[in-house]
This record gives sequence, structure tokens and C-alpha cells, in this order.
Amino acid sequence: MTTTTLDSAPKPSRSRRASGRPPKKQLPWGSPAVYFVALVVIALTLAPVAYIVLGGFRDNSQLTVDPAGLPNPWRFSNYSNVLTSATFWREFVNSVIVGGATTLLVTALGVSAAFVVARYRFRGRGLMFGLFAAGLMFPITVAITPLFIILNKLHLTDSLLGVILPQVAFGLPTTIIILVPFLQAIPDEIEEAASVDGCSRLGFFFRMVLPLSLPGVLTTGILTFVASWNSYLLPLFVLSKTSSFTLPLGIQQFHSQYASDTAAVLAFTSLSMIPALVFFTAFERRIVGGLQGAVKG
Amino acid sequence: MSETPRATSALESSLDSTTVGGGADSVSPSTAVVAGRPPRARASWRERLEITLLSGPAIVVFVAFVILPVFAAVYYGFYRWKGYGPPTDFIGLHNYKVILGDPEFHRAVLHTFEIAGLSLLIQGPIAILLALLLNREMRGRSIIRILVFVPWVVSEVIAGTGLSLMLPVNGAINALLTNMHVFGHVQVQWLGPHLALWTLMAILTWKYLGFAVILLMAGLQNIPEELYEAASIDGASYWQMQRNITLPLLGPTIRIWAFLSIIGALQLFDLPWIVWGEFNLDRDGVSTMATYMAHYGPRTGLYGYGNAVAVVLFVISLIVALFYQRFVLRRDISGSVTDGGKR
Repeated sequence: MTTTTLDSAPKPSRSRRASGRPPKKQLPWGSPAVYFVALVVIALTLAPVAYIVLGGFRDNSQLTVDPAGLPNPWRFSNYSNVLTSATFWREFVNSVIVGGATTLLVTALGVSAAFVVARYRFRGRGLMFGLFAAGLMFPITVAITPLFIILNKLHLTDSLLGVILPQVAFGLPTTIIILVPFLQAIPDEIEEAASVDGCSRLGFFFRMVLPLSLPGVLTTGILTFVASWNSYLLPLFVLSKTSSFTLPLGIQQFHSQYASDTAAVLAFTSLSMIPALVFFTAFERRIVGGLQGAVKG
Repeated sequence: MSETPRATSALESSLDSTTVGGGADSVSPSTAVVAGRPPRARASWRERLEITLLSGPAIVVFVAFVILPVFAAVYYGFYRWKGYGPPTDFIGLHNYKVILGDPEFHRAVLHTFEIAGLSLLIQGPIAILLALLLNREMRGRSIIRILVFVPWVVSEVIAGTGLSLMLPVNGAINALLTNMHVFGHVQVQWLGPHLALWTLMAILTWKYLGFAVILLMAGLQNIPEELYEAASIDGASYWQMQRNITLPLLGPTIRIWAFLSIIGALQLFDLPWIVWGEFNLDRDGVSTMATYMAHYGPRTGLYGYGNAVAVVLFVISLIVALFYQRFVLRRDISGSVTDGGKR
């Protein structure tokens, strides 16, 4: 790979540098080698996704004759069948409920707990933070067996709440650890000014802290939603009635039920990945920005 | 798989100034001291109430569903218990003896550690190069970024379902290779015992590379531009700069990524479970500790045994995590876990 952007063949003298750079316009083109590498990487990353999406536009005989071919002719019936099926939409709604409730609760509980850790001084503050930080060591996979038993005792199996509450609990550590630096970065002076103006600590929280920490909250919210949308292990253990299935379970169920109808499986699968992709694409920049505070260079 | 970033060094970092307006800087330090809150330890009842109100719900949910299960697992692990009624058949350490003597579990542990090590060796270098590439100011960068992250956003179930249809002998991968007319009629057993581990590594690299890249890119943003300007004035080439500026300064981010990657590998469940299927994992050599636990847990009615496996898994993860933090992350996280983040 050669470099063009950072080359500085004629060394600029100090005085020249002081005169400032040319005004910023469009980004320059990279070298062809860079684009070639990028193209290869993208082809590899997108191939399986393309297989799923394009496969949904084929029929089973096409898939059997040439598994790696393009749709010829294009069939839209697989997609229209999925989009008109009650099962897909029921599972879609279940996933939306679980994802939405998880995200709302994690955000609400996470911001308030992070606010306490970041801005109150009391004995046990370190302990509280240590407790949540220790949660990073307990991923849901490790805890799934005992968790299932506890949910069973609480009669939460087979209800969406039984997925939501554990997801909230396991989402809290990440959220709090990303948010605490955001809240600590709010200058004390703002809080003092607010208190001079007669704003209580809680008023300060609602009127100043929430708006100011929005970038961090957005980052954690998106990550939580995508993680919930994709989560498989917990619903697999907790939900056994098909009426409460979320989309990932639905895909698995559909796959085993219509194993011979590969094209339909592919259509079902590709439709269920759309929301997470849309969400992520829309907020990709914010996620990188929001993580910046978390990974100190 | 919990692939959300859990950055350990978060606390000392000061955020970019866009987070908060800088307008309050003009307040003089003396007024700040005067108007400041009373010193610690004199928390009024009102303040205590606020603390309870704000952090209470989070702590309750967290303790109930994260901390309690761990203790429950330890308790149930001492019993032979089918899940009906209260556990009565106390068998001491018998479950643990069975687990530690089970060759199938030994294989699962071996695979897990192979996967963890290979993930670092394969994904690390590729991710660093890719992050450098995507960090360059060039046209089309944002669209390339989004496309590279697609596999990470697509769920394990979707990826696994697609791949399980592509990888069989008569699947799309072999058909594609055959269509290229270079290798003749290709009939590779990608999922068979000989190649399974490497196929899994390829799948994992494909799936999780985007996460490594996104984390490294966030780390790259924190490296001051001036260093590169200075180096370029001194006549350093692009690669010299990457080697002598970027890599050392990216060190903490790389170490955190490695930590998250190891923890992720120890929890690996979804992809092997879906692509190979519950009953082929051990035969094909891609069983992991988590798939072993799921196989011999509530799903087969072995509640006590499943809990004992959970304890073993947790202890192994904890040892690895503590070891890593003690010897690798030590300089990065001083102050974050230990003193709860200083103001």
C-alpha cells in the first residue's frame, strides 16, 4: 500500500505552517491500493448477507441447481409471504416490545445510578461502582442456568418480562461505565449556578444532566437495543410458547419447521435483520464518538 | 454473546468538550469553593433519600438478576436435582468431580481456549490494519465504515442460519468455488471435524472484526493530530508514523479489546450452536464451555449439574479475567475499579 494523503514531500518550513492550512474542502481520494483493499474486505463481509438477501428472491429449485447463483428470474413471493404472515409480525412486535422496554429501563436506571456514582459523595460510593463494574465479569451466558431457575420461581418464564428484566440487569454495567465519565465531565459550576437559581439536586438532574449527557445516553441506548434485538440465549431458555417468541427464536423455529423451503427461510431471515441495520447505520458516527470517552488513548 | 463494549478504563478519561458547554469556565475558583457542597460524610437525610431513590431501582434489579443467580448456582451445584420441588439430594462435590472428569468437558475447555487464542492472533492484526485504513481521510470513507460493520450488527442467529445453509458440502460456498472453474468440482467438508475449528475461526473473524475495528477507531480519535504533523515535518513515512506513534498510543485500546475478546470467547455460544447444531458440536470439535453447559443444563433436566457447570465456567472466566487485569491491564485501569472513579 502506498500513501498519498500523509506524504509531505516538500518539507514545509515552520513559518509556512504558521500561515495555516488551505481551507477544508471535500476529502481527497485515497490511493487505488487502499480502495482495492477496502473493496476486498467489503466483498468478504457482505457476501453472506448478500447470499441471504438474494436467496430470498430465488426459489428452491434455483437454490438446488446452483446454490451460489443470482436470482433468475426474480421471485418476490417469498418476501410477500413473510410480510403477510401473522407469525412474522407477532414476533416482530415481541422483539420491538422487548427491545424498547429493555432500552428504556436500562437507560432510565442506568442514568440515575451513574448520576449518583458520578456526582454524589457518600460512603459506599466506591462500593456501589465496584458492584456494577464487577457485573462485567458475569455475562449472561454464565448465569443462564441459575437465572432460569430464579425466573421460574418468580413465574416469569414464558413472559416477555422474564426476558426484559434480566436484560436490563445485565445491560446496566456497560451503561453505567460508559455514562459515569459523561456525567463527571459536567462542570460543578453548572450545578452551582443551578442551585443558586433555586434548582434542587433532582431538578438539576432532570433539567441539566439529562440533556447534557444525551450523546452518551444515545450511544448506550443504541448498543442496548441492538444487543436486545439480536439476543438469543436468554429467550431460548425463558420463552417456550411460540406466541411469545422473539424474532431470533422465530428464525430458528421457522428454519426447523420449513427446513426444505430454504428460500422462505432466507426471506424470513433477511427481513428480520433490517431494524438493527437501520438503527446502526443511522447512528454509526455517534457510537464511535460516544465510545471515545470510554477507551482512553 | 455479549459484544457490547465494556471499557474498563473509562473513568479517568475526560470527554471531548462537545459534551458540555464550556461557558461555565468563567466562574472563579474561589466562588466555587464557597458555594460548594458541604464536605463528605455529612450526607443529609434528604441527600440519602435522593441517593436511594436514584440508585435503588438499578441496584435491586442488578442484585436480583446478576448477583443472586451466582449464589444460587453455587447452592444448587451441591445437589442432584431434577428441578421439581426443593432440592434435597445433597451430594457435596460429586457434580464437580463428574464435570472435571468428563472428557467431553475437557474437549470443550480445550476448544474454548483454542478459540480465545486464535481470535487474538487472527483478529488483532487484521483489525489494526483495517482501523488504520478506515481512519484515513479519504472520499467514501463513511460508506466503507458502515459496510464493514454490517456483520457485527447482524444477529448471531441470522448469520448462523445463513452460514449453516452456505457451508454444507452441497452449499453455496462449494458451488461458488466450483463455478470459478479453478479448483475443479469442489466438495470440501467445511463443517467436518478436520476443518470445523478453522471454519469457526473464519466465521468469528467475519462476525466480530467490526467490533474490534470500531473500538480501535474510537481509540485512534484520541491520538493528537499534532504528533503526526510533527513526525511528518521530521520526514517520517506513513508506516514509520503508524509503528512509532499509533501502535504505542493505541496500546491501552488494544489491551482492552483483547480483554473483551477473551471474555467473549469464553462465553461463545450462539454461532457454533446454530451453525453446527446441538448434537454435532462435540463430534466436529467445536463444542465450547457454554454449549456444554446449555446441553447439560435445564434443557436435559439436570438442574443441579447444570448449575455446577455454571460455577466452573464462572470460576474459569474469573481466573482468566483477574489474571489478565493483574498482568496486562494493570497500568490502564488504575483507579477505575479500585477507587470507584475520582472526581
